Amino acid sequence: MKSKVAYFGVFTSLALIFSYVETLIPVNFGIPGVKIGLANLIIVTALYKMRLPDVFLLSVVRVVLSGFIFGNYFSIIYSLAGGILSLAVMAFLKRAGGFSVTGVSIAGGTFHNIGQLLVAMLVVETFSVIYYVPVLLAAGMLTGFVIGVTANEILKRLTAVK
Amino acid sequence: MGIGLKKKDVLLALIILCVIGFTVLIRTYIGGAGANRVVIKVNGAIQGVYSLAEDREIEINEGTNILKIKNGEADMVEADCPDQLCVNQKPVSLDHESLICLPNRVVVEVESKEESEYDAVTN
Ligand SMILES: [Zn+2]
Repeated sequence: MKSKVAYFGVFTSLALIFSYVETLIPVNFGIPGVKIGLANLIIVTALYKMRLPDVFLLSVVRVVLSGFIFGNYFSIIYSLAGGILSLAVMAFLKRAGGFSVTGVSIAGGTFHNIGQLLVAMLVVETFSVIYYVPVLLAAGMLTGFVIGVTANEILKRLTAVK
Repeated sequence: MGIGLKKKDVLLALIILCVIGFTVLIRTYIGGAGANRVVIKVNGAIQGVYSLAEDREIEINEGTNILKIKNGEADMVEADCPDQLCVNQKPVSLDHESLICLPNRVVVEVESKEESEYDAVTN
């Protein structure tokens, strides 16, 4: 029980640090506010270390806290949509089986961006954001891949520490 | 380091790549030549349609955003939004490209003349 709370605290602070690093990287996908989702590294790692409800809570806490500290109202909605959709898809694929950490993470990265795109479509009431789908999908896939490989390495070492 | 990709991972990646290819095709199909004007929308409602051929400055939403049309390109030059992301966006000129200001709910979309559904409100 004690270690669970400790895990949660460490993961939350790490996710916040990554959210901060993300604000330092100016990435312009053409749609204002869309982020690459570096903090997903913590979520992917947590997915394999914690119970799903805890990961969900971590994801929401991360978004709301970083939104208040580094962002604004819009960035919270964006990240929440991206984060929840991404986590849902990752949890589903992990449970379905047959996917490696990297595969799960690739799906997460892709759906993270799809979630943000959907919000952009709703907010500005235009379908022209469809124009950015290829870039967003490719970026999501690439980020997801890098995060997956990294998370895999982290997970190996985490088990060793225990 | 071992990536340890499994069969399903590769399949998943292939599916995403196919979707990317497909959307690129759609984009090329609906994009392309013939883009010659911008439609300005605020809160989803059309505020005006302007030709890209005429250089001019347009005040949107009673001046919250200022759009500049020059050399066939539209660029957001001024905005009172806190994030200034729309001002930092690159100028647009291709069909279906857009400039978006989320805080002010302003969308500037490039379109071609063939889509004449907005003609009624052209000024
Ligand atoms: Zn703006």
